[in-house]
Amino acid sequence: MAEIIIRNLRKEFGDFIAVESSSFTVGDGDFFMLLGPSGCGKTTTLRMIAGLEMPTSGEILIDGEEVGTKPARQRDIAFVFQMFALYPHMNVRKNISYPLVSQGMRRAEVNKKVSEVSRILGIEDILDRPVSGLSGGDRQRVALGRAIVRNPKCFLMDEPLGSLDAEFREHMAGELRELHDRMGATTVYVTHDQREAMQMGDQIVVMNHGVIEQLGKPQDIYDYPATIFVADFIGSPPMNFLEFEGNLSTGIGSIELDGQTISVPTLKESTSGTLVLGVRPEHVSFNDSSGYRGRVEATEYLGTTQIITLSSPNGPLKVRMDSKERLREGEKVGISFREEFISLFDLKTGKALLSEINSRLDDNGRS
Amino acid sequence: MAEVELRNISKSFGRIDAVKDVSLTISDGDFIVLLGPTGAGKTTTLRLVSGLEHPDGGTVFIDGHDVSKTTPAMRNVAMVFQQYSLYPHMTVYENLAFPLRSPLLKTPENQIKEKISEIAEVLQISHKLNNRTTELSGGEMQRVSIGRALVRNPSIYLMDEPLSSLDAKLRADLRVELKHIQADLGATLLYVTHDQIEAMTMASKIGVLEEGRLVQVGSPRDIYEDPVSLYVSGRLGLPRINTIPANIFPGAPIGATTLGLRSEHIELGAGLPANVIRLEHLGDQTQLHLEIEGHKIITLTDVHSQLQPDDIVHIQPKDPLYFDPSGNRVR
Repeated sequence: MAEIIIRNLRKEFGDFIAVESSSFTVGDGDFFMLLGPSGCGKTTTLRMIAGLEMPTSGEILIDGEEVGTKPARQRDIAFVFQMFALYPHMNVRKNISYPLVSQGMRRAEVNKKVSEVSRILGIEDILDRPVSGLSGGDRQRVALGRAIVRNPKCFLMDEPLGSLDAEFREHMAGELRELHDRMGATTVYVTHDQREAMQMGDQIVVMNHGVIEQLGKPQDIYDYPATIFVADFIGSPPMNFLEFEGNLSTGIGSIELDGQTISVPTLKESTSGTLVLGVRPEHVSFNDSSGYRGRVEATEYLGTTQIITLSSPNGPLKVRMDSKERLREGEKVGISFREEFISLFDLKTGKALLSEINSRLDDNGRS
Repeated sequence: MAEVELRNISKSFGRIDAVKDVSLTISDGDFIVLLGPTGAGKTTTLRLVSGLEHPDGGTVFIDGHDVSKTTPAMRNVAMVFQQYSLYPHMTVYENLAFPLRSPLLKTPENQIKEKISEIAEVLQISHKLNNRTTELSGGEMQRVSIGRALVRNPSIYLMDEPLSSLDAKLRADLRVELKHIQADLGATLLYVTHDQIEAMTMASKIGVLEEGRLVQVGSPRDIYEDPVSLYVSGRLGLPRINTIPANIFPGAPIGATTLGLRSEHIELGAGLPANVIRLEHLGDQTQLHLEIEGHKIITLTDVHSQLQPDDIVHIQPKDPLYFDPSGNRVR
C-alpha cells in the first residue's frame, strides 16, 4: 500500500484556477477525505492524483515516486466513480474478474482472486447473477469488488455514494469504513457531504475556491474550525455566528456581547473591528442567571434531540438539546455558552483567532 | 381552508393492493405527513385525495361533500410534485399567474398581481419574477412551484416529496420556511415523504403507512416515543432503533420476544458486557458500535469518548420498548 504526498499542486483551466497550491500527505492506510462544495477543486485534485488531469505545476508522489506526468495506467491506482458503473451485459463474476482477465491473468489465478474478494464483500452467493437485477447495495459491492480485485496501491473514490438516499448512504458509508478497516488500503475519497466525511475519514481536507481551508482529524475540524467557511460548512445545523464589534488583545479571556461578559478561551493574538463569536448548537444552553437573553422562535423535534431557534441580541441562534425539555414559542430564556468550545473569528479575513485551546492542534490541523 | 376526510379508502392496481382500508381525517390547519418507504402507498393516498386516482372502495370527503367521483379540477386542491414541472417558456410571474388565469377561476389581473407579489415575498423570489424559469437554480424553481400552489386558495395543499431533489442545506432551509408559511397561512397540508427528518420537524401529525395500511397516526413525539409496532419504531430515529432478542437482558414482560433500544434507552456503565467495534465521530454526536452476544448495537456516547475498538463497555436497558413475535408492542 502507499503513502501519497502532494506538494504545491496547482491546476489552471485557461484563466480559471481550479486548484491554487495544495500541499498535504495521505498516510499509508489512511482514509482521507477531500471535502467541499461543488467547484472547490476537490475532484480536480483527485483526478490529478489519478492521472486523469495533468497538474499545471507541483508534485504528486506515490510511495516516494514522482508520478505527476505519468499516465493513469502506470500509476497502479483504482478509481471508483459512482459505484453503479457496471457492465450490464455481464454477470457479477465477469464484472469483477474483467480487470484481471484484460491484464492477461491466468484463469486459476483469476478465480482465486475473485473468490477472495467476494468473500471480503459478502457477495459469494450472487456471483453468477446478472448485475441488472441486483439491489443498490449489491451493485455497489460489485463495483467495489472490481476495484479491489486488482490489488492497487490506493483507491480513489469520487462521490461513490452520491446517488443514494440518506439512510442507505449512511449504511453504505459504515460498510465502506468497515471494509477499509479490514483491508487497510490507502483511500482518497471526494465528497460534498460533510456528514459522510466526518463518519468515514481519518483525515479531512476542507477545500473552497481551490484553496485548502483546513486539514485535520474530523472531530478537531468540527470543534476548532480554522475559518468561518469551515465552521459553516461542517455541522448540521452549522455553527452559530454572533457578530460584535471588539478590540481584543493577547491574554484576555472574555468578550462583551450586548453589554454582557462572555468567557472565551484565552486569546494568543490581538485584533479589533467586526468580530464573530462562533458556537455550535449543542454548546449553547439555557441558564436563568445569564444576563444574555433570547426568545424562543421555533422548535424542531428530532427524537433524541431537538433544535430550538432563538432570537438573540446578536441575531438568530440555534440550540441543540435533549428533547425532554419542553419549551414554548415566545418564551424568554437566559443563554450561556460552553467556554472551551467558543471560536472567535475576524469577519474581514474569515480566520479563527488563535487561542490557548485551538493552538494546541498540531500543524496538520490548521491551514 | 377545509377539512378532508378519507373513509375506508382502498385502491388496487392489478394484483397489487396499494392502499388498504385507510381512514384519516385532516382537520383545518393540520400539517399531516404520510411517512413510509417506497411502495407503502403514500403517493397513491395523495393521488386519491387529489382526484388523479379514484378509489375502488371507500369515500373521500372535502368539507363534508363526497368528492370520490369528481375530477381534480372540481376538488380545488393544489399539488406540488417532486419534479418542479414549471413552464420553461414562461417567466416566474407567468408561471405563478397560470393557475389563477384558468377558465374555472378567471381571476381579474389586478387581483392576480396582488396575490403574486404577496406570495413572492413570503418565498423570497420577488426579485426573480421577470426571470425565465430556466434561469433559476434548483431551489428557486422549487420555490416557484410551491408558490404556484400557494397563490391559489384551495381546500388543501398536497405535496409529494417536494424537497427531495434539493441539496441538504437548501432542504433544511425550506423545511423551516414551509413550516412557517403553513403556520402563517393557516393552511391545511397533506405531505408525503420517506424522509424522517422532514416528517418530524414539520408535521403536526405523522401518519405511518405500512404496505398500504395506515398503522399509526400521531404527533411526531407520540410516534417516536410510543410506537405501536416494531415497524413504526424503525421509521423514526437516527441512529436507528436497535433490535435484539428480549431474553438477553432480564426484565422482559411476558410475551415479548424483541427488545427495541434507542440510544436514550441504553445506559452505559452497568449491566452486561459489550464489545466495542468502532466509533464514528460525527461532530455533534459520536456513534458507538457495539456487539453484545453476537448482536450489533449502535448507540451514542460522549462526543470526545476515548473508547477504542475491542474495549469492553457495560450496558443496560432503561425504559426500552418490547415487541411480540408479530412485531406488535408489548407494554
